[in-house]
Amino acid sequence: MERNNIRRQVALMRQSLFTQGYLDEQFVQLEELQDDTNPNFVEEIATLYYRDSCRSLQTIEKSLEKTPHDFNKLDNHMHQFKGSSSSIGAKKVKAECQQFREYCRAGNGEGCMRTFQLLKKEHATLKKKLEAYFQMARQAGPIETASRPK
Amino acid sequence: MTIEAVLDDQRDQFPLGMRVLIVDDDVTCLRVLETMLHKCQYHVTATSHAFTALELLRENRNKFDLVISDVQMPDMDGFKLLELVGLEMDLPVIMLSSNGDRELVMKGVTHGACDYLVKPVRIQELKNIWQHVVRRKKVDSKDQTNSGNQDKSHIGNCGGGMANLDQNVKLNKKRKDQNEDEDDNRDEDGYDNDDPSTQKKPRVVWSVDLHRKFVAAVNKLGIDKAVPKKILDLMNEDKLTRENVASHLQKFRLYLKRISCVANQQANMMAAIGSSDSSYLRMGSFNGVRNYHALTGPGQFNNTGFRSMPLNGMIGRVNTPAGLGQHCLPSSGSIKLGHGQHPSNSILDQGLFPGNRNGSMFQGNLELDQRHSKGATSVRDLSAGINGTPVFPIPGGLSDAKLIVSRSSDAVGLTDDLILRHPRDFEGGREYVNQSSLSVAPLKSEFSAPFLDHGRLNDSWSSAAQSSAFRSNSFPSSNTRDNIPVGMSSQLRNCQFDVPSINSVSSQLQDPRTEMLIQPSAISSTAEQIIDSDPTQGWVWMDHKQDSPYHHSDAISSSMNSLMPANIPVAFDQNLDSKGTTLQRNMDFNSIGQSNFLDPLLIKFDEVERSVEASMNLKPGYTMDQRKPQGGLVSNNYGLLDDLVSAMTNQLEKR
Repeated sequence: MERNNIRRQVALMRQSLFTQGYLDEQFVQLEELQDDTNPNFVEEIATLYYRDSCRSLQTIEKSLEKTPHDFNKLDNHMHQFKGSSSSIGAKKVKAECQQFREYCRAGNGEGCMRTFQLLKKEHATLKKKLEAYFQMARQAGPIETASRPK
Repeated sequence: MTIEAVLDDQRDQFPLGMRVLIVDDDVTCLRVLETMLHKCQYHVTATSHAFTALELLRENRNKFDLVISDVQMPDMDGFKLLELVGLEMDLPVIMLSSNGDRELVMKGVTHGACDYLVKPVRIQELKNIWQHVVRRKKVDSKDQTNSGNQDKSHIGNCGGGMANLDQNVKLNKKRKDQNEDEDDNRDEDGYDNDDPSTQKKPRVVWSVDLHRKFVAAVNKLGIDKAVPKKILDLMNEDKLTRENVASHLQKFRLYLKRISCVANQQANMMAAIGSSDSSYLRMGSFNGVRNYHALTGPGQFNNTGFRSMPLNGMIGRVNTPAGLGQHCLPSSGSIKLGHGQHPSNSILDQGLFPGNRNGSMFQGNLELDQRHSKGATSVRDLSAGINGTPVFPIPGGLSDAKLIVSRSSDAVGLTDDLILRHPRDFEGGREYVNQSSLSVAPLKSEFSAPFLDHGRLNDSWSSAAQSSAFRSNSFPSSNTRDNIPVGMSSQLRNCQFDVPSINSVSSQLQDPRTEMLIQPSAISSTAEQIIDSDPTQGWVWMDHKQDSPYHHSDAISSSMNSLMPANIPVAFDQNLDSKGTTLQRNMDFNSIGQSNFLDPLLIKFDEVERSVEASMNLKPGYTMDQRKPQGGLVSNNYGLLDDLVSAMTNQLEKR
């Protein structure tokens, strides 16, 4: 019974991540790649992403501190960051990346910095939510994480 | 089941087991893509560095069917990589980017990409990428046998909904000649693992002798005036057709063109570095002569040896431009090239003597590498040289000290490649090379066997070769060498425990050559570094760990020097013009260039090779024997080779 409860919670969590726009279809793609040979694939990817993206964010932050802003470089960094964010389906993060890049192209330093703060926030929020989700999913057992209710 | 059988099976089940190389600096994307491709049941090799990818491809183009590359990468522009892959290897390349702007897609198409995917990639998009491989192969076979018209119609047929249909047509037209050359290459390789629909023509193997004749004929006629018919007449070979000569000439011209581009770059670089020493000039001219012959290596080296920086930086320099030879001629009266015209890049004076220029030359090499995509290992050329096969030297890649284990495998691998391509020429040297090529992968078996029992040196080597061949069974490949770079990470992990054994093994030898054996321990320690530092991303380990091993090997380079002469002369001899004076200079050069020569070569495999040689040298007679086939190969044409070899051997044994 307990297990079922947990599973239900996991499913709800997962659903809310989608409905609230934190995750998109790409996350489902990742889930589909998870199987017996790759039982913790999604979590692994998320971990990899966070490790890598933290570094990217630090680089971007440093670049932002330098004035005048090198928008080209910022844009390039963000391009890469956006790419990896989209690879795990981090929808909101991706949206902020897009906004950031638009400010870069417009040469709007203020806009960039504002957006960057938002981006960091989204990034951290998603991280927390994913961590909670994975933790619960692990409790529930392998079946739950691989399911794809649609 | 043998490795070959595995390979064949996979081929039969195409597109299952299709071998894809993926390049993306973003590790998250890389991992996701890799997993997706695995899910599609493709065989995936992943790297986050473009130069590694290029290395892998250059090492053996036939190891991959398809390349997927990110557009934006820090070490090399994706489009640049696309161009290079297309030019050199003629593999289908799919571009990948999170930016799907029309301009970028257009750019991809115009640069020759056969597809453009936008991140995030969905697995459905990857399920059909095999079509590009099929299309390319069909086009290739058509090119080989028919005219361009058929190509177009064929492309039209299988174009389908591909937006890059036109691009394919253009590509194919543009590549038609190259395809022909490539196909000839493949034919000549003796590798028959290409598209089964390719029609089989009687194969012409461009052996060393044959190629030398070819070069002599071309020289006589003059590179510009050399026409296949006349070359054929001059060569006076029965089994050669005009078409064979024509395609070989094409390759040769392409090669010259390429090195002339490189040479120009080098010239600029060298001009900066400067070299006014007259001895340099002499050496340079010498090299020029030598290199010209080296240039005319068999066509199949186009892809691999092509970009290789000869071990000896000097050789590399000289090799680059045939123009060097031209320039050399006036400055060195004793050297008679007998060539007609050469692409005139008078780099000769400059940068000929990395030996004396140590750091600067190496820097030069590095620059060149970076400019020219760090393709090849000088070790590779050395190996090639050792085997007495003329290679198309290109001052490409000394900076491959970075790729430690993989490099050496590449280098040796090439040798292996050469051997396979010229079985009859390298019979004697085969075992030697095979052993050394496998020397890094199964570190333990390689070293322990010979070191422990000198008497059974030969046997243990071959058995080591055998064992390593089967060890790499996990990767379908008919060539053990192929396994090394790809499977290196896993093998290295496997060898983690083996590594310490090398240290103990090395201490067993107590003779003057123990200093050589430092190398295995160096290798082991570096290998350990490699392994440890990249536990999770085994497939990307190759590129990251250059620095420490490199520095580490600095200490050993002096010990390596003693071995250099053994290698260099062989390499030189191959390209040697039959002049005693030049030979003499070669020797001088060796002694000069050794320390520098080695610096760029602090590739672990190089060290391994040295240690291999060291073990070989335990039996002096054995060494000579090994050298003999190579020497014998050359001595037919260059009577002074034997003298040189014996002189080198004496040098070696003195240590």
